[in-house]
Amino acid sequence: MPADTPPRSILQALENQDTVITFDDPLEHDMVLNMGPQHPATHGVLRLLIRLDGETIVSAVPDLGYLHRGYEKIAENSTYHEFIPHTDRLDYLSPLANNVAYALAVEKLAGIEAPVRAQYIRVLCAELARLSSHLVWLGTMAMDVGAVTILLWGFREREKIQDIWDLLTGVRFTTSFTRIGGLANDMSPEVAAMTRTFIENLETSLVEAEKLLKSNLIFIDRCEGVGVISKESAIALGLTGPLLRACGVDHDLRRDQPYLVYDKLDFEVPVYGDCDVLSRFYVRIEEMRESVKILSQVLEKMPAGPVNASDPKKVPPRKEKTYGKMEELIHDFMLVNFGINPPVGEAYHAIESSKGELGFYIVSHGEGYPWRLKIRSPSFCNLQAMPPMLIGGMISDVVAVIGSVDPVMGEADK
Amino acid sequence: MISQSEFRGEFTVVIRKEAIVACATLLRDDERFTFDSLRDLCGADYARPEERFEVVYNLYSLKSNRRLRLKVRVDEADCRVPSVTSVWPAAAWHERETFDMYGITFDNHPDLRRIYMPPEFEHYPLRKDFPLMGIPGSLPLPRK
Repeated sequence: MPADTPPRSILQALENQDTVITFDDPLEHDMVLNMGPQHPATHGVLRLLIRLDGETIVSAVPDLGYLHRGYEKIAENSTYHEFIPHTDRLDYLSPLANNVAYALAVEKLAGIEAPVRAQYIRVLCAELARLSSHLVWLGTMAMDVGAVTILLWGFREREKIQDIWDLLTGVRFTTSFTRIGGLANDMSPEVAAMTRTFIENLETSLVEAEKLLKSNLIFIDRCEGVGVISKESAIALGLTGPLLRACGVDHDLRRDQPYLVYDKLDFEVPVYGDCDVLSRFYVRIEEMRESVKILSQVLEKMPAGPVNASDPKKVPPRKEKTYGKMEELIHDFMLVNFGINPPVGEAYHAIESSKGELGFYIVSHGEGYPWRLKIRSPSFCNLQAMPPMLIGGMISDVVAVIGSVDPVMGEADK
Repeated sequence: MISQSEFRGEFTVVIRKEAIVACATLLRDDERFTFDSLRDLCGADYARPEERFEVVYNLYSLKSNRRLRLKVRVDEADCRVPSVTSVWPAAAWHERETFDMYGITFDNHPDLRRIYMPPEFEHYPLRKDFPLMGIPGSLPLPRK
């Protein structure tokens, strides 16, 4: 008898309708559900293994690594400038904020400071990135719990930010806009005008979206009291950003450890204390309003001046100049071939990105390449808090919780 | 404590690896430090004959708004460090990542598995002796 046909006795037993066959089931009455990595609600390639008892979640294990590209290894083998385009691909919903964070970390290590105008433009970049990321979050999270209209409205608004980026940086997504010691280009008055029009009209769209969600009983029911994590566990698990502020912790790096020109700008840090999905929704919505406030102040206060630091050994010259000027050609050659060679040492710089604390820890051995570059990505740390948020909840809450954590796998998997 | 230093306004303290859990508990609980949040934990390969690896802990105190960098040095022959997950639960995934990338084992870790690379992968990609192009054949491909 071939090995794959069942034994005759079992077949006979199955034919007899009175037979009861019991199997040893290691899961007993539990069920294991594999969600992802290609599930539309996991926002990328997050995979979750969920153990269910009926519809209640008994345990959850996130599985990462489907988008691991080894960026830290690549960084060790590329010059400081070469790595800038890779930072776009970390949190691909807010590439400009990553560019800013990376440039700030390298500048801290090398001891360069960008001119004031460049700092204002960087704040503008970072806040536009936050708005763009939060608009995608608003759309996808609302869609995950059933409100599809908001997705289209969110993307409609985000499209306007993409247009601003197109004019400011030359591309819509992979911006690579910052340089060590400054920016690739100055900002034109058209960009300022577009940004002003955009922030003037954003409030109307926000109110529209809020009206649809806040008065929607289904939305409130699916968010209120769901995905709760206590303030103490949030701190212990290293949550940052909107997730931490939704747990009643008043912490924002823009205010607490100001970088760029945030100390000259006036803004509030929204904090809600219910620790659930709805609190995270309110925190992010309020943050978008604060970003609008910051952007209007930036446009008002932005001074004229250069956008690149005057440090020719570290800051690359403009390309046109290298064609006709000897000094610039030499510096360009040295920077491209040998890099900026920051002194021996190490530095960690973090910014408040849309997801939380985005930090770069760089070790320099005085060479053109970083000896070690560690990306402290907020999505990675925030995902670690998924199991405590999910356990005890229902299967249908999973998508709401993932939506409220707002992970971007490009950043979590590095 | 082995040494302390300051660079670009950041304090770094190097301690013996045996003392890491006691030191971490003190830094978290003592009123003078209150480093309640472990913001980052990573490994680093210095490619030197002795104490080849370092494990770096980036701490932040929500109460006093200060940062501190803590480091332990690890020999290649004895690639083990006590885990700090009992002090800061946030360390769990970071230690898994460090294990995955450098092969540093964390004692008393609740769930020390590879986090990015597949479990059957035999190398540690962020070690300096791992080539940038990868090792052909190290990742199992589907057979015909």
